[in-house]
Amino acid sequence: MEGYSTEQEACPQLLDLIPKEREWLVKREERSHGVSEEKKLELRLGPPGEHWTIKDCSRDNSGERDESLLTLGCFSNMSSMTHNANTSGAKRGFIDTVDHKTIEGTWIMNNKGGQTQKFSSSESPWASSGYQVKTQQQNHQTRAPYPQYQSTPQGQPVTARESSQPCCTKVVDLQNAEKKTFSPASANTAVPNSSQKRSAPTPVVGWPPIRSFRKNLASSSSLKPSPESEKVVPNKASNEKPIETSRKGLFVKINMDGVPIGRKVDLKAYDCYEKLYSAVDELFRGLLAAQSDSSADGMKNKEEGEKPITGLLDGSGEYTLVYQDNEGDRMLVGDVPWHMFVSTVKRLRVLKSSELPTLCLGSKQEKLTPDAS
Amino acid sequence: MAYSFPEEVLEHVFSFINSDKDRNAVSLVCKSWYEIERWCRRRIFVGNCYAVSPRIMIRRFPEVRSVELKGKPHFADFNLVPEDWGGYVYPWIAAMSRAYPWLEEIRLKRMVVTDEALELISKSFRNFKVLVLSTCEGFSTDGLAAIASNCKHLRELDLRESEVDDISGHWLSHFPDTCTSLVSLNIACLVSELSCSVLERLVARSPNLRTLRLNRAVPLEKLPNILRRAPQLVELGTGAYSTELRSDIFSNLAEAFSGCKELKGLSGFWDVVPAYLPAIYSVCAGLTSLNLSYATIQCPDLIKLVSQCHNLQRLWVLDYIEDSGLDALAASCKDLQELRVFPSDPFGAGPNVSLTEQGLVSVSEGCPKLQSVLFFCRQMTNAALVTIARNRPNLIRFRLCIIDAQAPDYLTLQPLDTGFGAIVQNCKELRRLSLSGLLTDRVFEYIGSHGKKLEMLSIAFAGDSDLGLHHVLSGCESLRKLEIRDSPFGDKALLANAAKLETMRSLWMSSCSVSFGACKLLGRKLPGLNVEVIDERGPPDLRPESSPVEKLYIYRTVAGPRFDMPGFVWRMNEDQAWRLS
Repeated sequence: MEGYSTEQEACPQLLDLIPKEREWLVKREERSHGVSEEKKLELRLGPPGEHWTIKDCSRDNSGERDESLLTLGCFSNMSSMTHNANTSGAKRGFIDTVDHKTIEGTWIMNNKGGQTQKFSSSESPWASSGYQVKTQQQNHQTRAPYPQYQSTPQGQPVTARESSQPCCTKVVDLQNAEKKTFSPASANTAVPNSSQKRSAPTPVVGWPPIRSFRKNLASSSSLKPSPESEKVVPNKASNEKPIETSRKGLFVKINMDGVPIGRKVDLKAYDCYEKLYSAVDELFRGLLAAQSDSSADGMKNKEEGEKPITGLLDGSGEYTLVYQDNEGDRMLVGDVPWHMFVSTVKRLRVLKSSELPTLCLGSKQEKLTPDAS
Repeated sequence: MAYSFPEEVLEHVFSFINSDKDRNAVSLVCKSWYEIERWCRRRIFVGNCYAVSPRIMIRRFPEVRSVELKGKPHFADFNLVPEDWGGYVYPWIAAMSRAYPWLEEIRLKRMVVTDEALELISKSFRNFKVLVLSTCEGFSTDGLAAIASNCKHLRELDLRESEVDDISGHWLSHFPDTCTSLVSLNIACLVSELSCSVLERLVARSPNLRTLRLNRAVPLEKLPNILRRAPQLVELGTGAYSTELRSDIFSNLAEAFSGCKELKGLSGFWDVVPAYLPAIYSVCAGLTSLNLSYATIQCPDLIKLVSQCHNLQRLWVLDYIEDSGLDALAASCKDLQELRVFPSDPFGAGPNVSLTEQGLVSVSEGCPKLQSVLFFCRQMTNAALVTIARNRPNLIRFRLCIIDAQAPDYLTLQPLDTGFGAIVQNCKELRRLSLSGLLTDRVFEYIGSHGKKLEMLSIAFAGDSDLGLHHVLSGCESLRKLEIRDSPFGDKALLANAAKLETMRSLWMSSCSVSFGACKLLGRKLPGLNVEVIDERGPPDLRPESSPVEKLYIYRTVAGPRFDMPGFVWRMNEDQAWRLS
């Protein structure tokens, strides 16, 4: 890290950029004469050589940063994934001199060519009402072919879909896997498998641009038709009230001692405490790491930051997860059955365990026994 | 003095001028017009709550009755702005409570509203009438209870898409029995169950109620009774539209709907049971607005529904409508002006419905008045975009989201530059544009040379170099808001067009290539701008100057630095620049 920071120090000062800009503008005029010359001219747009080196260097910088953060957890992942989805940055490193866009082009064509018509009826994400399930399936099976990116080796889309909540190491793995397969070789040969990986959902924050309350709605509808539940749905009397799981997501705020930034978690994305714990763990590990990383005493804290937040479950670790229930009382997470927790939780907080005893945890003191669950 | 009119006459003349732009122009004519105009300005719109301070507003306009404020950047809708970023309304309310005792209307968008603020509103303005909280957060139903109890003349309470800490539905019973003034009540974003008898009584004693949008917790069985008490309703948002299938419930519902002769807008339809949809057929012919974007209605039912709404002007719908539904829409709704199609499964790996570019092409052919489009889809072609642009040169808003970022024209595998280029070239009146798909710098060249009326542009995962951004900033002369994410635009374009930023309301750039050094330079060169770096990794000055900042938000302001910056926001002003260097 030291290395490239000094390298960047050697870059021209920003103040110099403006005069260069003028030069650049003039060249732009030339450019408008012919599009065919675009490539050639584009190369001349920057000051010869050096600028683009800067640029690449900063890109690599970001790429490298992302790489290192991939292991850290959620929030750093988000930023890294945006870069991945951008197919620039990190990927450019793999492709070397080949224009990445061309590759992506062929790649997608391959995808079309190699598409497998795997529109299993189980995919249809409706059935909230159950009424239309039959007819819809028929409709779809008779429909003209559309690219279905459904089939992916190792059944990864399923995990990816499950984990569309904003933190999941599996998705990160998927990203890495994608990068590994993404070499010029695999792009040139029409291997549908490798190409299909691209379409596995990349959890980029804020993309597609849908407001969170719509996301809730969407996740409820996409939750319904998982292959396993597919058979169950028609049996559900269609005039029954929609089952609880079809409700929209349940986003609650979560804060952590020592981390200024709050977050939200969707409790509907988990079905037990264990999954919540690991999600929370991932959520804050990255933030803690980033914080200590950038704190005044530099990077020596970094390793400390990467340490997983252990012991959320048994109360013996450094941190403890507590929540505020609908009556405003502060409770320990894990004491009541999961569904009861989900129906009463209003806010989550990760506390330093050392501060626990000094806290007054609401009126229900008996619930403080940390050995529960 | 060339003007012999007495002030009173001019004031009366000015009172007929409603548009903010015209009022601003009037106030620039001369000092006396400025003086007269500022005393008779009743409505204020502030597009960015940090662009001006409450003090400045109050000093210039002492007699305001209606205030509209906007807070967070638009990308906050998509979780790109960290929580606790700002946008707090309390300082505004506190200042206005002292200065504007006769304030009647407050409209807020993307602001943090606390219960304290709501309480202050409810107690400070004795003739308070309208409260619209659009995409706001930070308050609970306790704050709403204060509004309900204390605002005796309340006409409108609209919580559209706000995120309310919903403690209980009890707040509704705080409307006193004497409250009969309600014209509009939108509580669709709440989750708690409400007492239906309280709701029914409130509706029954509000003879002027025109808009009622219920929440999902209101069961379908209760809807007929509510409708019977308010046959004058113009806009209705239903609650959950599902119940066990019983013919008596159906006929009761159908009858209640047919009594609402004035209905023009419908929304809601959560958890819809399609068998109950025919109950609304009797009012379909009168509908101009239909929001089915929460309703998982499948294509065949949508076709049946839409084909009866011949006067529809606005349709919001999930992509379950599919191409065949859009064909039906194009065939039956000749007055359609606005279409929004939302994805039902945005995070799925592939398409779950057969919605393609063809559906949008059909609507552009069949609906001559179409001027506003928001369309989520999985595939697009340049040819389709060119056809749409030729069919509908009257488009004003065009937002296309191809869900796979950087997807090319799926037939030719070319970038979508030509397609979007055709849109800006043909649609001369285009004011808002959102781009998606694979795009090179060339599309920005088209936008810069044709998008002369473009006011808001959203860019994601697009472009190759600074040249792209340069085209936009140097070419789009009406541009007011520009938001960019994950695009390789950086210092050169920004610094070369720095002056342009002073003519815009705001610029958002996240995950781009703008260096910290460039941000500092901008902040130093342009004191009229607040250049704010948002970086959750910690202080940006601990990293090399040339390393890119996470997020950058630049806006012009006459209020100077804001005082509520959280720890992850840094303002690049002169002092700081000195200190850091």
